[in-house]
Amino acid sequence: MENNNIFAKTHLVTPQEPPAITTDNLQVYYGDNHAMHDASLSFPEHQITALIGASGSGKSTYLRSLNRMNDDLATVKGKIMYHGIDINASDVNVYEIRRHIGMVFQLPNPFAKSIRENLTFALKAYGIKKKSELDERVETSLKEAALWDEVKDNLNRSALSLSGGQAQRLCIARSLAIKPDVLLLDEPASALDPISTAKIEATLLKLVKKYTIIIVTHNMQQASRISKYTAFFHLGHVLEFDTTSHIFQEPQVPVTRDYVLGNFG
Amino acid sequence: MSSQQSNRVATIVINIMVAFVVLILIFLLGDILITGLPHVTLHLLTSPSQSFAAGGGIRDQLFNSFYLLVLTLLISFPLSLGAAIYLAEYAANNWLTSLIRTSIEVLSSLPSVVVGLFGYLLFVIQFKFGFSILSGAIALTFFNLPLLIRSIEGSLHAVPRSQHEAGISLGLSNWKTIKGIILPAALPGILTGIILSAGRVFGEAAALIYTAGESAPIVSYTNWNPLDSNSFLNPMRPAETLAVHIWKLNTEGVTPDAVSISAGASAVLVIVLLIFNLSARAIGNHLYQKGSGHK
Ligand SMILES: Nc1ncnc2c1ncn2[C@@H]1O[C@H](COP(=O)(O)OP(=O)(O)OP(=O)(O)O)[C@@H](O)[C@H]1O
Ligand SMILES: [Mg+2]
Repeated sequence: MENNNIFAKTHLVTPQEPPAITTDNLQVYYGDNHAMHDASLSFPEHQITALIGASGSGKSTYLRSLNRMNDDLATVKGKIMYHGIDINASDVNVYEIRRHIGMVFQLPNPFAKSIRENLTFALKAYGIKKKSELDERVETSLKEAALWDEVKDNLNRSALSLSGGQAQRLCIARSLAIKPDVLLLDEPASALDPISTAKIEATLLKLVKKYTIIIVTHNMQQASRISKYTAFFHLGHVLEFDTTSHIFQEPQVPVTRDYVLGNFG
Repeated sequence: MSSQQSNRVATIVINIMVAFVVLILIFLLGDILITGLPHVTLHLLTSPSQSFAAGGGIRDQLFNSFYLLVLTLLISFPLSLGAAIYLAEYAANNWLTSLIRTSIEVLSSLPSVVVGLFGYLLFVIQFKFGFSILSGAIALTFFNLPLLIRSIEGSLHAVPRSQHEAGISLGLSNWKTIKGIILPAALPGILTGIILSAGRVFGEAAALIYTAGESAPIVSYTNWNPLDSNSFLNPMRPAETLAVHIWKLNTEGVTPDAVSISAGASAVLVIVLLIFNLSARAIGNHLYQKGSGHK
């Protein structure tokens, strides 16, 4: 009973900026487990939006649906509008979608290949063969991810020899190398030390000029430092979506207030 | 008994059991090598075997064992790789998959004599392959499939799921991800599995007696045409292997030096197996270090 009351009170704004992605009544089911209810959000272009909420509230579930990473795991209903098309429709080319909407995971997962091959593997698979173009993309994406200076002397060394923070920036560079438009990050810094975290944050703040960024984070300071908008997830519902300053300074929904004040989660 | 005491007792018991196993191994290997090595001469390795007179060697048997091994791997590796990729990456968790898994388990527990007799009836007699390297290789494939499938599948499973996700998230297809990322990452384990299974194939005798036969006809090592009946590469000729030869020497060997040839041949067999096992480790370690960049 009480649960129904909690979910009745929501506060969702629609940002003024033109959206890069919007979801309309997105529902996710893992078998019978209804993990995401009615998420309708709009992510403005060239902004960082943070997704916050307690463990198990459905942030990853929602994020992974946006580039169809849940295709084999879950049933995703509702619409995901991207440049005027519903990319949740069954007839769209999911490979093409993932080239436009890249993803970085919680644990760095570089391939067991050289640094250069980590960046060029997908490009080669797309048919880009020219060495000059591959080299250019390697350099540009490593610079964008603020890793170039640390690795430029030996791009042939194994990516598995990088530190955790470097590996995560390599994973960001790997996503950038295929020139996406939107970057989804699922707690990209949660396994990293404060200095690496700061580097990742600085990188994201630079990247947002070119990309739309959606980031899941458990770190409220991080959300308030880097994001313009914040969505609060609770038990599979989006309860509040507003500018980050509103969410942290004057949340409209009691559960959000409890969460940002650190009363649970 | 305090937990400290019980810990000490457990450690001692475990150490004794390990020592026991190691002792048995050392005893077996030592016995075979000490009695066999003195008979391993260049003459033994380079002479054809004799049926009645003394002074025979194991040249042809040694070659046959390797040739049979190569043919067996040529047949069984692609099949196992396909099956393992299917089971590790594509198979749904349903009755069909468990049926396949159970069949593989059953296949792996079949006694080798049964596999040999089956190969005899089907390939030697029914398909008219005769006692031949081909019949032997197919019979050995039956053994090798479950071993290889399981080891390759294990190596594929050992590659973290996150590697797969990374590939997919870059817009690569499932197959491109498996081929370009998962398989290379699993390669050290796969190679180790192949070499270890090669050791088992190399030492197998029972299944070959009825399929590859017990005779080692004189072949020409200069005739490279596999279609010629006297070519050493002809897969349709009978081919006694080293393990079968050892078995034959000990059951119906009539040459006066059967015992010493058998001892020498056993030592050679054990040495080859040791080389297989040690190189499996070395290759696995080397590739692992290369992949992870720790030099
Ligand atoms: N692969 C899966 N199969 C079945 N259920 C899942 C799967 N992944 C997540 N769930 C369920 O969906 C719900 C939401 O999980 P999700 O991982 O999206 O939470 P989260 O907000 O990302 O949590 P965290 O902060 O711990 O990462 C949970 O109840 C979880 O058990
Ligand atoms: Mg999560």
